[in-house]
Amino acid sequence: MTAANTKLSRTPAGGPGLRGRLSDLSSRHRSIAVIVGMSLVALVLPLIVLLPPFSSFSGQTVWMDGFTIAGIYVLLALGLNVVVGLAGLLDLGYAAFFAIGAYTYALAASPFTGWDLPFWPMLLMGAVVAAIFGILLGAPTLRLRGDYLAIVTLGFGEIVPIVILNSSKYTDGPNGIGGISPPTLLDTRFPTTGNPWPFYLTMLVLIILSMIFIYRLQDSRLGRAWMAIREDELAAAANGVNTVVTKLLAFAIGASTAGLAGVFLASKLQTVTPNLFRFDVSFTVLAMVVLGGMGNVWGVAVGAFIIFMIQSVFLKQLNIFFNNVQVPILSDIDFLQYQFLLYGIALVAMMLLRPEGLFPSRRRRRELHTEEDEVFAEHGDAMGAAPE
Amino acid sequence: MTTTTTVLSARPSFVETFQRLRLGPYLFVLGVAAIDYVVIGPNQFVNALTIGAIYALVALGYTMVYGIIELINFAHGDVFMVGAFTSMFVLTQALGQDGPIDSPGMLAVVLFINFTITMIALGILGAAIERFAYRPLRHAPRLAPLITAIGVSFILQNIIQIIYGPSPINTPQVIDPAARVEIGGVSIGVVNIFTIVTAVLLMIALQMLVSRTKIGRAMRSTASDRDAAQLMGVDINRTIAITFFIGSALAGAAGVVQGLYFGNIQFTLGFQAGLKAFTAAVLGGIGNITGAALGGFVIGFVEVTAGALGFFVWGQAAVFAVLIITLVFRPSGLLGQQLGERT
Amino acid sequence: MSARESAVTAPPVTATIMDAAASGDVLLEARGVTKRFGGLVAVRDVNLDIPKGGIVSIIGPNGAGKTTFFNVVAGIIDPSAGAVEFRGRKLIMRPRRTWIEPILWVAPSVIVVLIALALGVQNGGDEGLAITGLLALGLLITTFLLAIIRPPWYTQLLARMGILRSARPNDVVTAGIGRTFQNIRLFQNMSALENVLVGMHIHLRSNLVDHFASSRRQRREEEAAAKRARELLRLVGLREIDDELAKNLPYGDQRRLELARALASDPVLLLLDEPTAGMNPAETSAMTALIGRLRKDLGLTILLIEHDMRVVMGISDHVLVLDHGERISEGTPEEVRRDPKVIEAYLGTSAS
Repeated sequence: MTAANTKLSRTPAGGPGLRGRLSDLSSRHRSIAVIVGMSLVALVLPLIVLLPPFSSFSGQTVWMDGFTIAGIYVLLALGLNVVVGLAGLLDLGYAAFFAIGAYTYALAASPFTGWDLPFWPMLLMGAVVAAIFGILLGAPTLRLRGDYLAIVTLGFGEIVPIVILNSSKYTDGPNGIGGISPPTLLDTRFPTTGNPWPFYLTMLVLIILSMIFIYRLQDSRLGRAWMAIREDELAAAANGVNTVVTKLLAFAIGASTAGLAGVFLASKLQTVTPNLFRFDVSFTVLAMVVLGGMGNVWGVAVGAFIIFMIQSVFLKQLNIFFNNVQVPILSDIDFLQYQFLLYGIALVAMMLLRPEGLFPSRRRRRELHTEEDEVFAEHGDAMGAAPE
Repeated sequence: MTTTTTVLSARPSFVETFQRLRLGPYLFVLGVAAIDYVVIGPNQFVNALTIGAIYALVALGYTMVYGIIELINFAHGDVFMVGAFTSMFVLTQALGQDGPIDSPGMLAVVLFINFTITMIALGILGAAIERFAYRPLRHAPRLAPLITAIGVSFILQNIIQIIYGPSPINTPQVIDPAARVEIGGVSIGVVNIFTIVTAVLLMIALQMLVSRTKIGRAMRSTASDRDAAQLMGVDINRTIAITFFIGSALAGAAGVVQGLYFGNIQFTLGFQAGLKAFTAAVLGGIGNITGAALGGFVIGFVEVTAGALGFFVWGQAAVFAVLIITLVFRPSGLLGQQLGERT
Repeated sequence: MSARESAVTAPPVTATIMDAAASGDVLLEARGVTKRFGGLVAVRDVNLDIPKGGIVSIIGPNGAGKTTFFNVVAGIIDPSAGAVEFRGRKLIMRPRRTWIEPILWVAPSVIVVLIALALGVQNGGDEGLAITGLLALGLLITTFLLAIIRPPWYTQLLARMGILRSARPNDVVTAGIGRTFQNIRLFQNMSALENVLVGMHIHLRSNLVDHFASSRRQRREEEAAAKRARELLRLVGLREIDDELAKNLPYGDQRRLELARALASDPVLLLLDEPTAGMNPAETSAMTALIGRLRKDLGLTILLIEHDMRVVMGISDHVLVLDHGERISEGTPEEVRRDPKVIEAYLGTSAS
């Protein structure tokens, strides 16, 4: 993404097409586009589910509840995208920060500790605490190569739930913490059953703010520094990039997003247990980022939404469908059980066929289809520029 | 790249000679073992050796693959798990066993068949995974094969889960777990001895394969400089495939002994054991076969000691702590070389 | 030393706000620089003075240790012995007493725990323990973060305690040294403009708060940065390729781009590692002329590694000859060319 003044350059720097135009918008325009776009989506969705066939699956409240949970995953995907997609650090233990955010709020607002701190400041607090842990857990990985970094983060992702599980004195171990207060706004508590709109709209705001923030990051010196480190860490350092701070910032920002999601989760479910945050979650979010399109902010958001919908709705409906319509093999399959198998297959297939994801950022597609580019460049014109 | 050519001008110090002979790591491991023996007693010590042997076998696969294509094969732990299930399948379905076998002759035959089938099947599985999931991505950016490996890992886990269910399954312990032998006044289980001996024999066989055969030379040359090896006429694809085959076959052997020793297996076996075996490989020096063996035993010690001292769950954390400490302070592992640069 | 104030919008300027102790004419002083890799000595006891505004070349047969010396000056490798002073300040040195640091990290927490124990907190009750625990933990996290992030005042504090660390590559850039690489290390999948923008990293100022609050300041800075980046590209002779991916550029353009990127940090000293490698005579002359202009128009000081004798003879004020890591000759290009030791070192290798 260049800061190019679109009037001066002849072709949009991001390339033709919707994707290109989105990345070319000046950042103010893009912020507006995000706000408008997301709001539209958020308003349309509750209306769509009033129509068949969606209305036959569940009522609107249940649907919107599902959307809100999907939003949690969207936040997670946005955050992991910063770490994996922008900075190129393969973090396999992302759920750890999710857990930290959730437990921070749980400890702050439940009978377990007796405290009842208000939700909104705790959102910030959860993000901050998670960010600190992001730095702490990221620090040992700074000098490691991609593969090792992945394994170490995987280990951390394993350890955090184990620690939570076994520190019963502080976390009530396997029972988890219950009775967590929902948010309160203007002296009204958010309804935990019934009206889904308060949680729904809060999630919308969180997503919008996160997206705007991350888009700005992408275009800034920090975003470029991340890209530079991804390309060639030594050269980046040799050009003044403080690789330590830059990588830690990626971890911190990614973790803080998960922290936000965690606080929200705790306030919505009113209970948190350690097994909400196992490797499954890290893996699912990773799948969302990869399938959605690593590095593409709105791409991973859409990817997360789609995958969550598939997981929570589509597969379940397939089960119901094939129960009603007897088809030899398919009716015996419990699709829900298969979901991780499908993720695994989808991941492998994606990497082999379309590694840039479903909604790739233009840059990523250029990066990943090197072979064709190389061949093309050899036979390109005298300037050596291969037309896209 | 400019190369350094100046000759050593001073006499090597004691430290340098010590380093050069690479005695340090072995002494370290022996020291750890000795201390451990004292701390946890002979029974647990044997237990640790046994578990360590299993980890070592799995670690070999990690280290060989990494040495040759610089990829951490995430799915390797799950290949090990598939091996355990395969072994169980062979024993129960093909050979109809469900408990200890008394006649040594029959036992030998059963074990021989089991090992052979399992190892070959796993070898094929490993080579197939390489062929279809990793080879196409050999020139892709680093993240792609990593993610694919994770995908394969999940596929394997879930296939087994779907077939066999999520709960632990009993495996026939054809070597009577109660059979013991007296060695030096200490009573040691026969199955322990079998495991350790098998592992050591396999490792020796591997070492000889790598250092003395043509295919071993091909593997070493590919690991050290792939392009040069190719120019010298080495068939890279075949060599890599064989590497995966061997690594997975060893994991298969580990799966067999896992079932024999513990008596039950579960689809999550690979994930946990994989992490620990990988730590073992890193600890020993990734890419180094002897290192993987050493590392496996050390990790066995760490885990059993933590468990014996009552910190079972923390045992997992302890192993992981070993990984972090190794990667931060001595990333080349016990038998690797110190790297000098930094970013 | 804080990043210099040479603003993104200012024209290329050599007068910069320097440290008080700038020592006269000599910009960079290397003394006794030695680097050992295990048993091999790559660079042995090399001294070099680079005067302000001068162009110095290091030559020598392959394997002479030229790039290693470069990498030491650029902060990529720590020297085994010796030091490099830049603008009057010791920049590169052999690390000393770094073992003390871990002690410093845990010291505050340990002290807190000890004080608490002395005050009898173990008898007090849960609250006292909790506070102590949290305090100790908080201190530990703080010192840990300091150690990782290393703000300048922290480094100075350590230095005063005798704990010395050599500058890292990005500190070297902040101090005013830029470099190019022997085998081009551009950011392949970023455009030419973006490559140069990364070079300007230390001068861009917008931080996280800006990303939250207003994008206006960030946008203005980005626009100014882009403008300056384009100027730099023109300066090295690159036109119309601003948005091309670096990997698609022809070789000569890539070399120029790397130069533009190195210039983007507004360095006072440029380290050029074989800038004309792989170039034909025409390109070589063009590059040589460009380097000369950099000194003349921008007042840059330049340290070159070169194999091409035309370049060395044509442009250097001073030449240092290394072989097997040691200095075998030094002087003006003419003096060096006639030195029998130099001729002997090159005998058998093709010297153009």
